[in-house]
Amino acid sequence: MKDKITKMTVSELSGHLAAKDISAVEAATAYIDNINLVDGDVGAYIRVTAERALEQAAEVDRLRAAGEKLSPLAGIPAGIKDNICTNGINTTCGSKMLENFIPPYNATVIDRLEQRHVVMLGKLNMDEFAMGSTNEYSYFKPVHNPRDLSRVPGGSSGGAAAAVAADEAAFTLGSDTGGSVRQPAALCGVVGIKPTYGAVSRNGLVAFASSLDQIGPLTKDVRDSAMVMEAIAGHDAGDATSLDYDWPSFTQGIEQGVQGLRIGLPKENFGDGIAAEVKEAILKAATVYEKLGAKVEEISLPNINYALPAYYAISSAEASSNLARFDGIKYGFRADVDGDIDDIYKATRNEGFGMEVKSRIILGNHVLSAENYDAYYKKAMQVRTLIIEDFNRAFEHYDFILSPATPTTAFKLGEKHRDPLVMFRCNVYTVPSNIAGIPALSLPCAADSQGLPIGMQLIGKSFSEPLLYRAAYAFEQRGN
Amino acid sequence: MVSQSTIQKYEMVIGLEVHVELKTKTKIFCSCPTDFGAQPNTQCCPICTGMPGTLPVLNRQVVNFAVKAGLATNCKIASDTKQHRKNYFYPDLPKAYQISQYDLPLCEHGYLDIETGNGTKRIGITRIHIEEDAGKLVHLEGEGTLIDCNRGGVALIEIVSEPDIRSAEEAKAYLQKLRAVILYTGVSDCKMNEGSFRCDVNLSVRKKGEKKLGTRAEMKNINSFQFAVKAIEYEFARQVEALESGEKLVQETRRFDQNTGKTYSMRSKENADDYRYFPDPDLPIIEITDDERNALGAEIPTLPDARKAKYIEEYGLTAYAAEQLTIQREIADYFEKAAELTSHPTLAANMILSDVSRLLQPDETEIPIKPEHFAAVAQMSGDGRINSGTCRSLVQMLWEKDIDPEIIVREKGLEQINDEAVLSGFVKEVIAQQPKSVADYKAGKAAAFQSLIGQVMKKTSGRGNPVKIKELMTELLED
Repeated sequence: MKDKITKMTVSELSGHLAAKDISAVEAATAYIDNINLVDGDVGAYIRVTAERALEQAAEVDRLRAAGEKLSPLAGIPAGIKDNICTNGINTTCGSKMLENFIPPYNATVIDRLEQRHVVMLGKLNMDEFAMGSTNEYSYFKPVHNPRDLSRVPGGSSGGAAAAVAADEAAFTLGSDTGGSVRQPAALCGVVGIKPTYGAVSRNGLVAFASSLDQIGPLTKDVRDSAMVMEAIAGHDAGDATSLDYDWPSFTQGIEQGVQGLRIGLPKENFGDGIAAEVKEAILKAATVYEKLGAKVEEISLPNINYALPAYYAISSAEASSNLARFDGIKYGFRADVDGDIDDIYKATRNEGFGMEVKSRIILGNHVLSAENYDAYYKKAMQVRTLIIEDFNRAFEHYDFILSPATPTTAFKLGEKHRDPLVMFRCNVYTVPSNIAGIPALSLPCAADSQGLPIGMQLIGKSFSEPLLYRAAYAFEQRGN
Repeated sequence: MVSQSTIQKYEMVIGLEVHVELKTKTKIFCSCPTDFGAQPNTQCCPICTGMPGTLPVLNRQVVNFAVKAGLATNCKIASDTKQHRKNYFYPDLPKAYQISQYDLPLCEHGYLDIETGNGTKRIGITRIHIEEDAGKLVHLEGEGTLIDCNRGGVALIEIVSEPDIRSAEEAKAYLQKLRAVILYTGVSDCKMNEGSFRCDVNLSVRKKGEKKLGTRAEMKNINSFQFAVKAIEYEFARQVEALESGEKLVQETRRFDQNTGKTYSMRSKENADDYRYFPDPDLPIIEITDDERNALGAEIPTLPDARKAKYIEEYGLTAYAAEQLTIQREIADYFEKAAELTSHPTLAANMILSDVSRLLQPDETEIPIKPEHFAAVAQMSGDGRINSGTCRSLVQMLWEKDIDPEIIVREKGLEQINDEAVLSGFVKEVIAQQPKSVADYKAGKAAAFQSLIGQVMKKTSGRGNPVKIKELMTELLED
């Protein structure tokens, strides 16, 4: 059984831990061994905190032996994207700028996981400051897709998706600003959710675009995702955008099925640029839902094609401001330069940031500048309103929207790297839910002819996570 | 130098931006304390030093205090308002943006009425917004520059006036009035020496009668009324001189040097920053309901203008005197206590404005005389038991040692001499002893009369009734 620990879902492992037929130390050891075995090829981790993980695991075993009532997540080994602050442990954001930055505080999600005695295995690789869709923009190293090491895992939570796919963590936490959880989840064949904006505290998540960022779990299956959400969602007084909402259980009622639910298929998401096999797989998934008793209809979200340009204006604008603090004065990297304060700023930011980050900062400053504000930022915010209205209209008639997660399956490292516009297209189906602040879940639905996973996406209205889990679970269980 | 007659052809146009530190116990976006003068960097945390991943959460007390300041300055209060980021790089600003407000400030369209020698004038208030203060840079000779983040994140309101001010006197009167009103509301201690009330002056000049505004200069962080007056006077003359010599003025920021009394160019607006304002996505819209606004309004005590109107009405004070009396809340409170204890409140008011304000240091408001003792002096003076000179010296005596003034008057025999027989005896003595002064008086020298009165007063040890002495002197000199 011990060989199989890392193959288990969170719920399976949780059962074994509770039954004491696997100890938390055994579980942590199994994962650490597997990381040592495969991560040289995958590159999911920037830092493995093995010693600390084993201490935490030993504590769980002590508590369990003492008869303490523990959370279902107690002793579950998890990995954390490296833009989520961990007290006393480097939090690099995949950047040279924060290579040696050790936060003296935990993100709220880390506090919540620690209260539940989750064992942290380490910090996960990512595109620098969460900007990218392939994980090739990590300062440290690229991540390789465990399904095919010559391919990208997606990004920016590439390490978080790959770690789950390669059995290097029972679950991971990523962050999703325009698809950074769902797109790599789809490419690596795991489950990823971008919760309702404000469902999970952003406190301690190093901000990329504050109005779009959400932390979300990546897991082997749908139930695991619901279990982790149960631990991390909820109001946090430390985040003014956190929702004060009385969430129902995400796991209870997950088996209820989709009988009678109404599903919309947005025709705009099946047009130009989608790979034939992906399109086919999603349409096939729609027929599965019909067989399960749901009603599927084509709908239109007329403004959704404007989501991508609006996203690049808004996210870059916010990023240019959020990343301004990395100036070499108080923390992080400082260039070794003689000169005045402006010289320190310039050299530090020039040497400390990679090209992708710099280009977004420049774009963001451009759209916020006095002469361009109305034409770009303001216009983008107006588009944002139109997209929210499109979704609101759709949700008057439909319980959720079924869409591809990505236009294609995983592509080769280096393939799209050079062309930013092609790269941007990777998030064409994921960006609208960030723009609208609504929940969206990506789960594997098929494999293409090369055996690469295809992800589909369920998009719901705000607070509809329990329903999305129900629908995703029904699909996942379709063969059973 | 430009001649006075040339200067007379110009007028100055001034708008003031005043930054007031609110006296909330904690900072605007975190729970750090705000005490002044603590050891550097002992009152800061990951939030107010802008560490990665930290988030601001608005301290609602800041909104409440700002609403009070807005109501006290006759502003309209927004029912919902936003916070914006003002982006710029400076080492005292660790996030590299200041959270402030932009197109939707909390308070707008207010005013204050001021008193100057020319009467009452209304100065418009464009807006009041909330924002965070920056940290402080400490430049050490030879050692470089250090950053103290204690002040970073302390809550500020910025109060922007309309360009309604036309003289240094008006500017000073406005600043005093604004400070008085804010002090009354209790939302700030307005300590200028600690920087909790500081002023930026925007000044331009134009020929009198012209409508178009001239090119303005901004003078930042002036922290005393006197410096404001000096900076304005210097800058007005400088701009007039420049225009007269055919120079083209540029819009610029200038630094006022309190040692030289001059202003110096810092940077011109041509290469000024574009602050790239945008709504802060970390902070939701601030809502203020009518009930909340009304409740805050009810907490504001009677403001200087209401007291001023009462003093004019009830005590027959001039608007100017009433303004002076109400400009500091503690002084007005003191006056009202004393006024209740005497049947001569107007006299008590005038005693505060002359005898007491002479003894107070600038910005000092504590009068070390019990109001009942002060009222007793006013009573004696008003009843004619002591004369005005004795009244003044009594106040001085009580200032040094606050005891019952009746005891002093009794023990020192300070009561006024009103007995005409006694007084006319002294007058006759003086006329006899000072033939030269008498001759001068009769030759039409008015000063000689004063000198004769002075001699009589001396003989009474300062206790004679001056009115009666004058009457008797006039009478007896006619003979």
